[in-house]
Amino acid sequence: MNILYFAWMREHTGCAAEEIDLPDGVSTVADLVPHLASRSDGHATALRNLKTVRVAVNRTYGALDTPICQGDEVAFFPPVTGG
Amino acid sequence: MTEPVNSATADVSIRNADFDAGAEIDKLRRAGVGAIATFSGIVRDNAEAPGLIAMTLEHFPGMTEQEIQNIVDQARRRWPITALKVIHRVGRLLPQENIVFVGTASAHRQAAFDSASFIMDYLKTRAPFWKKEETSSGAQWVEALETDDIALQKWVEPQ
Repeated sequence: MNILYFAWMREHTGCAAEEIDLPDGVSTVADLVPHLASRSDGHATALRNLKTVRVAVNRTYGALDTPICQGDEVAFFPPVTGG
Repeated sequence: MTEPVNSATADVSIRNADFDAGAEIDKLRRAGVGAIATFSGIVRDNAEAPGLIAMTLEHFPGMTEQEIQNIVDQARRRWPITALKVIHRVGRLLPQENIVFVGTASAHRQAAFDSASFIMDYLKTRAPFWKKEETSSGAQWVEALETDDIALQKWVEPQ
């Protein structure tokens, strides 16, 4: 599955996108977060405060309890500031 | 009864290239209706934002277009919009450069005003764009404003 990071989260993780296999026992975004946070210190920093993080699964807004499966695209980003 | 959504005439453009608000208004005039409302967002200048050198806009290609199209579709269900244009620039922009244009045309002024305002309020809180400011003292990401979320409350329809 493809994981995307934007804005300051991308700067912390050091990558805009990474391909991973769905870890065993992961069925929601919340389940996935500790697996991603353990990938590097930067990942841990990016995902430290989930209150300031927005999630999109397959380009649709989701939440920590959104179900995910292998092949999904999961994006993490800060609150938006366009306009 | 809500009007069917006609997204064929909805026009959403995400791009680095500048826009000419006057030329966009001329295109909306071709709808031949009585009212056009527009909003232009511009990078603040040095007087308003001391030390600002540039603003870089990042977005989520694919999701941005989809989210703005959703906002436009909702506006078209709610107001009798005859023509519409949303342009949002991305990349590095200098003070006083254009950022965003929203224009709506309708037979009535209130529908034109309200739909343009609705689109901007939703765009600011839903469309995945992020601004990074370059200033003389370094670069930082712009933080989301709680007032933008509060602005949405006026559009909640009574149940």
